[in-house]
Amino acid sequence: MQKFHNRILSVAGNVITVSAEDVGYGELALVNIEGGSSLAEVIRINGSKIDLQVFSGGRGISTNDHVRFLGHPMRVSFSDNLLGRIFNGSGEPMDKGPRLTENLIELGRPTVNPVKRIIPDRMIHTGIPMIDLFNSLVVSQKLPIFSISGEPYNPLLARIALQAKVDLIILGGMGLKHDDYLFFKDELEKGGALSRSIFFIHTASDPVVEALLVPDLCLAVGEKFALNGKDVLVLLTDMTNFSDALREIAVTMEQVPSNRGYPGDLYSQLASRYEKAVDFENAGSVTILAVTTMPGNDVTHPVPDNTGYITEGQFYLHGGRIDPFGSLSRLKQNVNKKTRDDHRAIMDSMVRLFAAYRETQEKRAMGFRMSEWDEKLLKYGELFETHMMDLSVNLPLEQALDRGWMILSICFDPQEVGIKTELIEKYWNREIKKAKDEGLEFNVTFPEKGSGGVYMSSFALERDEMDSDIPEQVNRNGRNTANEK
Amino acid sequence: MSDNKNGHIFSITGNLISVDFYENVRQNEIGYVLTKDKRLKAEVIRINGNRAEMQVFEETGGLKAGDDVEFTSELLSVILGPGILGQVYDGLQNPLPEMAEKYGFFLQTGIYLKPLDENRKWKFTPIAKPGDTVYPGSYLGNVVENIFDHKIMVPFGFRGSFKVSEINPEGVYSINEPVAVLETPKGTQETVTMSFRWPVKVPVELYRQRLLPADPMVTGIRAIDTFFPVSLGGTYCIPGPFGAGKTVLQHVTSRHAQVDIVIIAACGERAGEVVELLREFPQLTDPRTGRSLMERTVIICNTSSMPVASREASVYTGITIAEYYRQMGLHVLVLADSTSRWAQAMREISGRLEEIPGEEAFPAYLESRIASFYERAGFVELHDGNSASVTIGGTVSPAGGNFEEPVTQGTLKVVGAFHGLSRARSDARRYPAIDPFESWSKYNGVIEKQLVEQMHSVLFRGDEINQMMRVIGEEGTTIEDFLVHLKAELIDAVYLQQNSFDEIDGFTPASRQIHVFNLLREIVNTPMKIDSKQQARGFFNKLRQKMLDWNYSKWESEEFDKDESDIRTLINEVSADAEVS
Ligand SMILES: Nc1ncnc2c1ncn2[C@@H]1O[C@H](COP(=O)(O)OP(=O)(O)OP(=O)(O)O)[C@@H](O)[C@H]1O
Ligand SMILES: [Mg+2]
Repeated sequence: MQKFHNRILSVAGNVITVSAEDVGYGELALVNIEGGSSLAEVIRINGSKIDLQVFSGGRGISTNDHVRFLGHPMRVSFSDNLLGRIFNGSGEPMDKGPRLTENLIELGRPTVNPVKRIIPDRMIHTGIPMIDLFNSLVVSQKLPIFSISGEPYNPLLARIALQAKVDLIILGGMGLKHDDYLFFKDELEKGGALSRSIFFIHTASDPVVEALLVPDLCLAVGEKFALNGKDVLVLLTDMTNFSDALREIAVTMEQVPSNRGYPGDLYSQLASRYEKAVDFENAGSVTILAVTTMPGNDVTHPVPDNTGYITEGQFYLHGGRIDPFGSLSRLKQNVNKKTRDDHRAIMDSMVRLFAAYRETQEKRAMGFRMSEWDEKLLKYGELFETHMMDLSVNLPLEQALDRGWMILSICFDPQEVGIKTELIEKYWNREIKKAKDEGLEFNVTFPEKGSGGVYMSSFALERDEMDSDIPEQVNRNGRNTANEK
Repeated sequence: MSDNKNGHIFSITGNLISVDFYENVRQNEIGYVLTKDKRLKAEVIRINGNRAEMQVFEETGGLKAGDDVEFTSELLSVILGPGILGQVYDGLQNPLPEMAEKYGFFLQTGIYLKPLDENRKWKFTPIAKPGDTVYPGSYLGNVVENIFDHKIMVPFGFRGSFKVSEINPEGVYSINEPVAVLETPKGTQETVTMSFRWPVKVPVELYRQRLLPADPMVTGIRAIDTFFPVSLGGTYCIPGPFGAGKTVLQHVTSRHAQVDIVIIAACGERAGEVVELLREFPQLTDPRTGRSLMERTVIICNTSSMPVASREASVYTGITIAEYYRQMGLHVLVLADSTSRWAQAMREISGRLEEIPGEEAFPAYLESRIASFYERAGFVELHDGNSASVTIGGTVSPAGGNFEEPVTQGTLKVVGAFHGLSRARSDARRYPAIDPFESWSKYNGVIEKQLVEQMHSVLFRGDEINQMMRVIGEEGTTIEDFLVHLKAELIDAVYLQQNSFDEIDGFTPASRQIHVFNLLREIVNTPMKIDSKQQARGFFNKLRQKMLDWNYSKWESEEFDKDESDIRTLINEVSADAEVS
């Protein structure tokens, strides 16, 4: 049941109108354009007038080009043959491999029944304290990185992908710079992960609307693998380009825009993709990490704003760091109760103090005299920034927690940090407390980022004469901490 | 096609179809689109000549021009009867657990299951006697549903008064078996079963009168019950930017709220959040009844990737079920998260209908829809003299976190309490992030208004001083002002802030709130002999620590008393006058 239609009635932007009968809503068509062909999707039916969105754009379409309806919606081949392969935004091979046509599955499959979901409770360890300690990532989470161009969000994605122990990595690029695409390829290759990766890449030079299919391709494939028991990590970069493609279509269709030209259903559109993240009972999972660049660094811009309302938290990446402010993993409480009993307390208290530090910074910038408390906060902020926030810090969670106590013990008195006395007694660094109580000077060193054992960046509390060197991990309450490795 | 109740699809845009019809069609009538293997439910939302525009409650992929549409003459309705409690429905009252049992992981398009178990037998005890005169909503009998006496009522849709001609004796019946026969004023006989239909968009108003909401609905959240209370039968909203804590606040409320029944309408939000309820509630015991929390809960779940039109329906489904149970003399709380998604569903449809858009492309009737939704709450006196209530709390998700937007503004005009969440507070992890300066309530709480106002003014003053200190610095601030600032911070830290995830701190009963509040008031009113800011800070740090520990100790335990006496000792050390007793 293939139907040819010669007459294209109108072309507006990326949308063409043809006259046809018996066409299904959402059905796919092939438009033969001089020098090639493009997929198109039915987006409006009006009697026998059919509006199609042409994925390669409307440019160069002539009224006597052929349109052939395919009788089915967009599909993608699904099998293990996908592994290690690279496709473009229409699912065509970009590498030298063969076209895949076996076992075709439809995109945009139905929604998972909420009652079949389980509470996600498997933590993904990334080695990044700003994630593991402060905003733990959880299997089946959907989480965007809010950032602006120029920030290292793609390297961050690649790093998390490599350090997380997942079975499968699916990269969806939308408007991805060619260099960035090569970067991902190199990184995954170096990390030995390319053979368990699948790429769907729409590059910055491809027609804008072609980006629209990318999330659906990634997620349809990812969901299938998950049903087959695989833990799948889907990386989507950059969802702002996807949203802009939606906007372009909406404008062509003369839809009433809701906010800065974006269609009123932007929320639903984004949600139907992000909600594909799932942990299947007795099967695998789909975790979605996305990049959302914020135009004008404005989080209230409709794209990051709608995204924030959909996802399970967000990481703010700016100045090359994940900012504890605003960054949030909403699933962290599912996992951080079982890690270590001080995890939550350290997390809350350190962020609260960091907020106070930022206030103090403001005060200092305005030229106010710094009180003793302010001085403490300033010292704290500096330590926190260099030994926790810096993206080069790579520590397992336990060590990151110990480091947290260390920093608190150096900077504050126990009653100043707002932590339950019970935990203070268990974890507060006694040596430092004693040194401080006795007014002794002491040196604290932090192991060099990444490589355990090597010490660098020491500093001293400017107090008294004596010098007592304290390693980062200290035995307390007869409890052995991570130092024994 | 010969059947005149049928029509045909002319056009399709998203979930909106226009249908050519040949006879009569009612506004809001339900129809089904018939395809080769599916029946998709749709609702008439506009009629123009012989063309009806309908919103389809399912994905429209694959539909074609010319497809048949079958009209039903019925409005979008729910089935009311025993067996609703503990259920998880989608926006159209499809039972999701049964859907999962039958079809596995994925939702099915065009499948509609019976909302109530028609095979289950209920033990029916008659209340009415033959010869009694009854009205719509009158009690005919009683079945026990979980912990409640579920009243079997004269269907709400009956008009006028009836005489009971027959009523079944005590016995077990299923919901479709007749339990009574009523004689209409015209002398005809109507059979009544234990269930009936009711159109969701029509409020149930079978009560003697509406009363002003006066009794507080205790939530165990101090910032709410003490500072910005909600009354039984009242309405409130929780606007806030994403991640500020709206959903957490509602979930905590759904656990602890001192009401009989809680209906949670998860409307266009994350499926994962519903799962938490689904998996945890059956395991949690309701301390007031000793039974599983799920037994008093109904979840209406139309999450963000489920069809938009049924999202719009879901809040109505929720409120209708609430009104049904209110009719039995119960206090029901409806929590809708998020009403903005409901409003957006209206916006999507309005856009497709090409209606003239209002602000931010919302339809012009947005405000009136919001108002009539919240109007369905209320504290009522039923015809038997008992009182009952429906309380509504809705979250609002304003674009960009800016409250100056149509949904927030439209909601603020009609609700009785406003719990505005602030980004600054949630960023600083000051949970619950209810902004003490922007929020308000017209209702009475667990503590006398005047006393609360006094505390509130300390908070205000403390904030002013804090702002001022930012400009003139700490050194330019007097010790008196500095103390006020610290007192305000103390109220914030140990009273407004609350650890929702802690078993003890997460729920503060009214009596405990009164007790702690009184001590806090004493502290605030105690003149203190403190000369330096450093000493002040040190003292308040210590006091705060003690009081936080106190919050975590069990109410009316020895530990609680000990903590309290430690706190009093601490205060007496700095008190300039007589002992704090
Ligand atoms: N009372 C609280 N105590 C501790 N953490 C909280 C509290 N409230 C919120 N949070 C934290 O903030 C996160 C987001 O909260 P929540 O999901 O309630 O936000 P929301 O306002 O509903 O956001 P959205 O509009 O995006 O749905 C939670 O996952 C939790 O980590
Ligand atoms: Mg929420």
